[in-house]
Amino acid sequence: MRIILSATGNTSESNLDTRFGRCEFFLLYDTESKEFETLVNSGMEAQGGAGIKAAGQIIESKADVVITGNLGPNAFELIERAGVKAYSCEVMPIKKALEQYQNQELREISAAGRAHHGNHGR
Amino acid sequence: MKIAVLSGKGGTGKTTVSINLAKILEISYVDCDVEEPNGFIFMNPKITSSFEVEVEYPVIDKNLCNLCSACVNVCEFSALASTGKEIVVFEKLCHDCGACKMVCKSNALTYQKRSIGKIESGVGNDITCMRGILDVGEPMAVPVIRTLLESLDNNPGLIDCPPGTSCNVVSALRFADAAILVTEPSAFGFHDLQMAVKLVQQYQMPYGIIINKDDNQNNMIKQFCKSDQIPLLGLIPYKMEAAKLYSNGRMLVEEESYQLLFQTIADKVKEVFSWN
Repeated sequence: MRIILSATGNTSESNLDTRFGRCEFFLLYDTESKEFETLVNSGMEAQGGAGIKAAGQIIESKADVVITGNLGPNAFELIERAGVKAYSCEVMPIKKALEQYQNQELREISAAGRAHHGNHGR
Repeated sequence: MKIAVLSGKGGTGKTTVSINLAKILEISYVDCDVEEPNGFIFMNPKITSSFEVEVEYPVIDKNLCNLCSACVNVCEFSALASTGKEIVVFEKLCHDCGACKMVCKSNALTYQKRSIGKIESGVGNDITCMRGILDVGEPMAVPVIRTLLESLDNNPGLIDCPPGTSCNVVSALRFADAAILVTEPSAFGFHDLQMAVKLVQQYQMPYGIIINKDDNQNNMIKQFCKSDQIPLLGLIPYKMEAAKLYSNGRMLVEEESYQLLFQTIADKVKEVFSWN
């Protein structure tokens, strides 16, 4: 299974970033090989539609699960339609977030959050 | 002669200047602050004409689409995205540029129209008044502003612009022959005024500054006008009387003192813009 997480840095020691569209990195974890792959979020630099760009990247990565803070309306629609499961997580190291997911301690995101929540009100 | 009234900072008095000056100059009032057009509160025109502003957005025929994602990749605005099973259209993000249809090799793409706002016009205070209104929840104001300004005749008019120096103001300035920058003697007002000056200087048009809420001091705006040789078109003093009239939805020029003040400003505007 492939799990992708929004992150503030590019290692498993980095923190989870609760922003989805505007996070800097996505860390893709393969539960079989137990290896991480780093992706730079293409939504980070987008003028608009950051969540859509980021969601497109998640779908392209063939991830089965995404772990982030919240998903805005557009990103949620795409992720849901693509059949990727999404989970909400607090700020914590990526490793710990994965543990929490595997212990079924994370809440599944079943509705979209507010638009532009990770955009610092811009 | 079309005169754009802009400010940079919001709340400096663009609408106050526009409505009162339009009345004194006896020219049209055009409110293109389409996200919050409030000039009609004061002009109170009887609306005699109204039409919708429509934009196009792509619709994808799933039977013809081969999911190549060419449309997704060409879209600058993330209005299209692929889930791997289908292409999803986010119509509010579409800028109606037509690129997606150009790159679609399977002819799966057509365009449909949707309304995002309207244009209203009528006569109030013996002045021809027009405005654009963007529907609540719509993110793109430019098509409404452009439609409004393209519909103007050749008669002179005052164009009450949106705040800021973004695309919305740029699209309004394209239709102007001259510009009035309304500001206030505050650090924030001054900061944004300088941005507005830089914007107006991109156009080959005469411009000048009106200071609203003037403190009767040699303030930073007056010093700036002097050092940068920008015409000072007028001063509107900081007074409770102005605030009271405004908050009651009344024109300042209903009072004789303001009528004289705006007449002086109108004369100066004509002189600086070489407009007879």
